Amino acid sequence: MLEILSQPWPWYVSGAVIALIMVIMLFFGKSFGFSSNLRVICAACGAGKKVPFFNYNWKNQRWNLLFLVGAILGGWISSTFLSTGETVQISQATIQDLKQLGFSAPQGMQPQELFGMESLLSFKTIALLLGGGLLIGFGSRYAGGCTSGHAISGLSNLQWPSLVAVIGFFIGGLIMTFLLFPLIF
Amino acid sequence: MKGLKFIVTGILFGIVMSKSEAISWYRIQEMFRFQSFHMYGIIGTAVILGVIAVYLIKKYQLRDYQGNPITFTPKEKSVPRYLYGGIIFGLGWALVGACPGPLFVNLGYAYWPILIAIFGGVVGTYLYGVLKDRLPH
Repeated sequence: MLEILSQPWPWYVSGAVIALIMVIMLFFGKSFGFSSNLRVICAACGAGKKVPFFNYNWKNQRWNLLFLVGAILGGWISSTFLSTGETVQISQATIQDLKQLGFSAPQGMQPQELFGMESLLSFKTIALLLGGGLLIGFGSRYAGGCTSGHAISGLSNLQWPSLVAVIGFFIGGLIMTFLLFPLIF
Repeated sequence: MKGLKFIVTGILFGIVMSKSEAISWYRIQEMFRFQSFHMYGIIGTAVILGVIAVYLIKKYQLRDYQGNPITFTPKEKSVPRYLYGGIIFGLGWALVGACPGPLFVNLGYAYWPILIAIFGGVVGTYLYGVLKDRLPH
């Protein structure tokens, strides 16, 4: 059993489990949406004293912070007990494209160029991670949700605002990938 | 402990995101380059099953574990905030190769530099709160 779980999971299993998680959250009386946590963290740090947007009873969102803690633990459990240390199986075409941008073929889950400990020594990499994080935090709150809130919960409820948001996600992602990556890397 | 069920669900989320490689920067690049079906399969399966589940919940007016009706709040009808916000989010998603959930799953995976992106995410959210009233919604 553990051996089967330790293999990479196929997309249909993953998609089904994600839908299941959304349904479980509904039966817990909550809605699945991860990026609200970033707002909760701001509020918990006292941002509500200066900015009205963070002046709300964030303690009602404690459940979502617990989900976040679980997500971290899940990552740790996967890497410690459920991993064969395998390399992510991306397509040859992607490996070639990324090679042209200076990324070596994958080893493990993430590129060393961005997520290796050495990257902490590079000002450029720090700026990219920080800037990318800024865009993620700003954009998800502006759009009122991220992949889980819009692409999963919103689309499942056939909300067209979520479809607009998801189209936006892809416009932004394609601009970054095809127009900005060649300038950055 | 009342909150334990949320931790357990979060653990399931963290494991499924890791084991399906959805937390990988490479997989997100592969998706935006349309070079594999993998990420589309994950999102597509989740959405199709999600649509069916939400339909059934509404049709049979199912209740949550405390007996309250499960309700869905419709999102405000507006285009600018979803489009502009979405594009800004997408730029960051492709650059870091992670959306908010996987940012934290990667932390559990011990990719420590992701902490910088998480910090950026919190600061970005704060900036939105500061600038909110000056932005088109």
